[in-house]
Parts: sequence; C-alpha cells; structure tokens
Amino acid sequence: METHSDTKGARLGMWLFLYTEIMLFSGMFILYAAYLHKFPTDFIEGGKELSLVFGSVNTIILLISSFSVAASITALRKNSRGLAAGLLAAAVAIGGIFLINKYFEWGQKIHHGIYPNAPALVNGPTGENMFFGLYYVITGLHGIHIIIGMVLLSVCLVMILKNRIHSGNDGILENCGLYWHLVDIIWIFIFPLFYLII
Amino acid sequence: MTESDSFFETPSPTKYKGIWSWLITMDHKRIALMYLFVILFWFFGALILGLLIRTELMSVGRTIMGAQTYNALFTLHGVIMIFLFIIPAIPAIFGNFLLPIQIGADDVFFPKLNLLSWYLYILGSLFAVSSLFFGGPPDTGWTFYVPFSVSTKTNVSATLTAAFILGMSSMLTGLNFITTIHRMRAKGMRWLQIPLFTWSLYATAWVQLLATPILSITLLLVLFERIFAIGLFDASKGGDPILYQHLFWMYSHPAVYIMILPGMGVISEIIPVFSRKSIFGYKAIVASSMAIAIAGSLVWAHHMFTSGMSDVAVFVFSLLTFIVAIPSAVKVFSWISTMYKGSILMTPPLLFSLGFIYLFSVGGLTGLVLGSAGTDIHVHDTHFVVAHFHFVMFGGTGFAFFAALHFWWPKIFGRMYDFKKAYVAATMIIVGFIFHYLPMFILGIMGLPRRYYDYMPKFETGNMLAGIGGYILIAGIALMFFNLFASFKNKRDAEADPWGGTTLEWTVPSPPPLHNFIAPPEIKDYPYDFSDVIKKFKAESTG
Repeated sequence: METHSDTKGARLGMWLFLYTEIMLFSGMFILYAAYLHKFPTDFIEGGKELSLVFGSVNTIILLISSFSVAASITALRKNSRGLAAGLLAAAVAIGGIFLINKYFEWGQKIHHGIYPNAPALVNGPTGENMFFGLYYVITGLHGIHIIIGMVLLSVCLVMILKNRIHSGNDGILENCGLYWHLVDIIWIFIFPLFYLII
Repeated sequence: MTESDSFFETPSPTKYKGIWSWLITMDHKRIALMYLFVILFWFFGALILGLLIRTELMSVGRTIMGAQTYNALFTLHGVIMIFLFIIPAIPAIFGNFLLPIQIGADDVFFPKLNLLSWYLYILGSLFAVSSLFFGGPPDTGWTFYVPFSVSTKTNVSATLTAAFILGMSSMLTGLNFITTIHRMRAKGMRWLQIPLFTWSLYATAWVQLLATPILSITLLLVLFERIFAIGLFDASKGGDPILYQHLFWMYSHPAVYIMILPGMGVISEIIPVFSRKSIFGYKAIVASSMAIAIAGSLVWAHHMFTSGMSDVAVFVFSLLTFIVAIPSAVKVFSWISTMYKGSILMTPPLLFSLGFIYLFSVGGLTGLVLGSAGTDIHVHDTHFVVAHFHFVMFGGTGFAFFAALHFWWPKIFGRMYDFKKAYVAATMIIVGFIFHYLPMFILGIMGLPRRYYDYMPKFETGNMLAGIGGYILIAGIALMFFNLFASFKNKRDAEADPWGGTTLEWTVPSPPPLHNFIAPPEIKDYPYDFSDVIKKFKAESTG
C-alpha cells in the first residue's frame, strides 16, 4: 500500500483516540461524583489526609513538562534539533520525577495502613474507604498513562536523534505530544478532586 | 483484467509469501477474510453451545448436563456471541472489505492499526478460551453483575480481560473507519454521496468510540475488585452495586446499536438493488442512523427498571426508549417504500433481507413492551427478554450477516453459489427461527425466568417446541454454509456486477485487485441511480 503523508488525518485519528481516553477516565469520575454525593464529609476528611505539597509539586512539574513538549515541537520546526531533543528529554525526566513523588506518596500512605482492603479502611468510615479506593485506582491508572507517555516521548526522542523526525515530518512528535498533554490535563482534574477538596 | 491480478494473488507487502502474506498483510481485504474465518469459527462454536443449552431445557430435570455446566455454557454462549461474533461480524468483515471500496479508496487510513485490531481480536479470543480450561469456566452471564462476579470462584478474570481486549480491538476499528471516511473519500464524493452501508458504519464507529471505553473501565474495576477487594461496588464497604449496572449498561446498551446499525446498512444496500429502484428516503436513513447513535446512548437504564431507581428516572428512561423506536421505524418504512412499485428480483440475499425486516420488526415492537416500565416489571428477566433480544440480534443482525454473505460472496471470492440450496436453507432458517423463539415469548409471559437450569412441568411443552425449532434452525444454517463453501469448487467466474448494483464495489472486478481500482473511480451524483442498470437489463432482454 502506498504510504499516506496526511498529517491532518493522522491527527484526527489521534484526537479520536484521546477522546476514548477521556471517556475511560470519565467512567471513574462518574464513580467519584456518585460517592462524593453519598459521603461528602468522609471525602473532605480523606482529602485532609493527602499531602498538598506532594500534589502541588506534581501538578507544577507536570505543567512544566507539558510546556517543554510543546516547546520541543516549536524548536524542531525552527530546525534546532539539539534543543528539541533536550526539551523532550527534560519532559521524560520530569515524568520520572512525577512517578518517584507518587511512589513516596503511596509508600507513606501504605505505611500508615491506608491501602485497598486495609483493616483501617474497611473498619473505618465507609466513605473514606471509597475515597482512598478511588484515589488508588484513579492515580494508579493515571500513573500507567504517565509511563505510556514517557515511552512514547522516548521513542520520539530516539527518532529525532536518528533524524527520522525532522522539521518536515513532525506528525509523530505532535501526536505523542498531544497524548502527553492529555495525561497532563487529566491530572489537572484529579488534583483538585483529591487534594483540594477540604 | 486477468485472474492473477486479484488480491488473492498479489500479497501486500509483496515480499511475503504463503501464510505470512496473510498474517502480516496490510491489505484491508485480506484482513477482512482473516476476520471472516476466525469469526465464523466462534460463531459455530457458540451456536453449538446454544443448541446444548436448549437441548438441556427440552425436558424437566437433568437432560444432558449439570447445573454448573449449564451456567458456564450460557455465559460462554453470551460472551462469544456478543463480543466475538455480533459486534465484530459485519464491521470487521464486510466493513473492512467494502468500506474503502465504497468510498473509492485503496485501503483504510491506518492499515497497520487495522492489522493490530485483528491481533487484539485473536488475543482477546484466546483469553476467552483460556477461561474454559483454567480455573473453571465463568458462570456469571455475559453481564458480569456484581457482587456475584466479584465473589464467584470461577475464572471470571480471564473473561473480563478478554472482553477488555476485544473492546480495544473494536474501538481501534471504529477509529480507523471514522478517519478513513473523513480523509480518504474519492475526489468528488461529498457526504451525501456516500453509500448507506458506509454511513451506517460511520454511525457505528462513533458509538464504538463513545461507549466502549466505559465498558473497558467498568470491567477493569471489576478486575481490580477481584484482585484488591477495594469495595467500590461492595455495599458492605460503602460501594454501590447499582452503580456497576449503570456503568455496564452505559456501554452495553449503545453496544446493541453497534450490533444492529451495520446490519441496517446491509439491508439498505440490498433492498434497492433487487427492487431496481432508488432507495426511498436516502437522507432520512442517514439521519436516522445518526439519530439512533445519539438517542441510543441515552437509554441504558431501561435494563434496570427493577434494580431500584427513582420514579422520575424510570419515566425519563422509558420515554427515551420509545424515542429510539422512531428512527428504527423510519428505516423499516424506507425499505418497504423502496420495494413499493419496484421491479422485484428474488435472490437469496433479498430473501434473507425480507426475513430481517419481518423478524427485526417483531423484535423491535416487543422491545417497546420491555421499554415501558409497567409491562417490564412483569416480564423482566423472563424468557420474554431472551426472545426479544434474539429477534433483534439474531433475526436482525444475524440475518443481515447472512444476507451480506450471500450478497457480497461473489464479490469477495469471485464465485457464485447454488441458489436453490440457498433458498431452502433460508426458508429452514426462518421457519426454525420462528419455531425456536416464538414459544419463548409465551413462556416469558407465563413467568419462566431466564438463565434457570430447571423449571416447572407446565413450561415443558414450550421448551420442547423451542428445542425442535432450534434443531431446524441449526440444520438450515449448516446447509447454508455447506452451500456457500461448496461454491469454492466452482470456477472463479463471477461477473464484476452479478446483481445490478450501483455502488462502487460493483464497478471493480470480482475479486477486486490489490489496489481496488484499476482506473480512478467515477463518482456518481447519487449512489442509488438505477437508470443505467435498468437500461442494461432492458437491452439484454430485447437483444
């Protein structure tokens, strides 16, 4: 088959895919909404136990990584390959930092006996069990998406270094960038729902 | 055009030969055929499971199997038929084969993604099989309702994973089709010049994208529940089991339209060809496809009238359910009006299509009985429901699938089958079908619940009749496939246009060449203009 160089079409396909990702997460947001409605006070208590510092730092660095991905595409279009590669590497690194933060955050919670099906949760207020259940499921799935995004950006990075992606052919980078922005924007919704609800 | 130019003889990419030229092909036609044979395999398997269930039910007490086996069989019958047959059957086989040709393109937009979808389908089906052999076959029914699906000891996890992966495959196919229709139409084909089968696939693809992710996340959550016991749907831990049902049907009701819309598209192609008359209400059919896709996404809770909902919610969902019936009826009226004063030419595909219209109408109208909250309370979870959705799914989509097989068989394989056997088979299937499912309506109204292993003696006559009908039905299907496969002995001499069709697939040779079109396709102002076909047939009959 002849190969298509229809970047507009490829982008359309990517947007459709991102749409399915939004629907995937929205299923969990529906659960969140239903249980928030059922246990408003327990959710507020649960929110107080999450560390605002961890959450804020992760939000800020994720926003920075989104900027650096966007800047990397612009840099590539202006033919500065080194800068583009550097910015992309920075985004991947920030993804890693995000996950490390998450690791410590989860670790702390688990250390305090807050994890799915933990005795403290099961015997405590039912609403808090829902809150932390959703917390682990949603941030866990989001973490998986961060990992997928890091893999995609790393592939782009290698392709830039091998000159397979260049200013005339940046469709793949743009689509992977879109994916990264999606992962970022989902976090923007997760952050207030869990950390700022007090 | 010589025989060796067809896509059977020219692999793509060209460097691979033999089995590899199929397993790593990018050609949408070869991928469609790979789907055809795998899907048929599952279809036959699930048919046998269904027949075993009905045989068990033919008499009171144990007939051929124990209760646990029975539970496993109806679960697998449902899972295989829904996820491995009905959802992919028409889009993945005929959509893949015909959609690019109907819009004058040489392939789908993402050929590699198309192949990936096939492999995901295979992977998902392997998970489904594995649940049979490891840890005990699942016994939850295809709906995986909590809390049973979380607490049962059988291997539901494998089936959940299977459904998750199959959902991904279906989503990617939908994504591919939407992009293809948007970006790859031949020059000069505007939106209202697209054939109706492609339009129906377009509407289907949107529902696939809209609804499937919700199922994915729901099944994933059940899987998490089984592994981590979070309690999201467990009432004792604060969760709400009804929420599971909402999330499940938020996908699975729209999925019903994923199943039926492509079938409606097939019928919209066949009826005008054999009426030698332009389709009645082209725009109305297009609009009703989209209306079904939209309205069908808003009716899910009518599966839950007895689960516990506010009266307002029951009222709203009941009303919305009635509204979906309107666009479906518009289509039925359009098909009938197309045949009115047409010059009807009876062929096997038309006979199946007529079967579709009749059986689908019965299924649709009995759906209204279930959609109105009052009557639903009476027949909820009885055999009435079983009969209703088999009339729609099997009498509808199944018959459309058979019609499509007979309609496009000469196009796909270049071989014509025997008409006489096809007529006999179609008649047997229709008669057997009615014998099989009609008693279930009556049994349901009498109060026989679905999924029960045993029943009171007063239900025996109906179940016995249904069983006999089932055997006639299966014999008809066996004859039909025997007849189709027997055509492989014939010479490959089918004409490019054996029926007198007007859409683009009939302008290319049978079977089509690798790049579908030898010369750039000529796009007609209107896809269902039969004046040339009628002229051609008149000239043949006088000359």
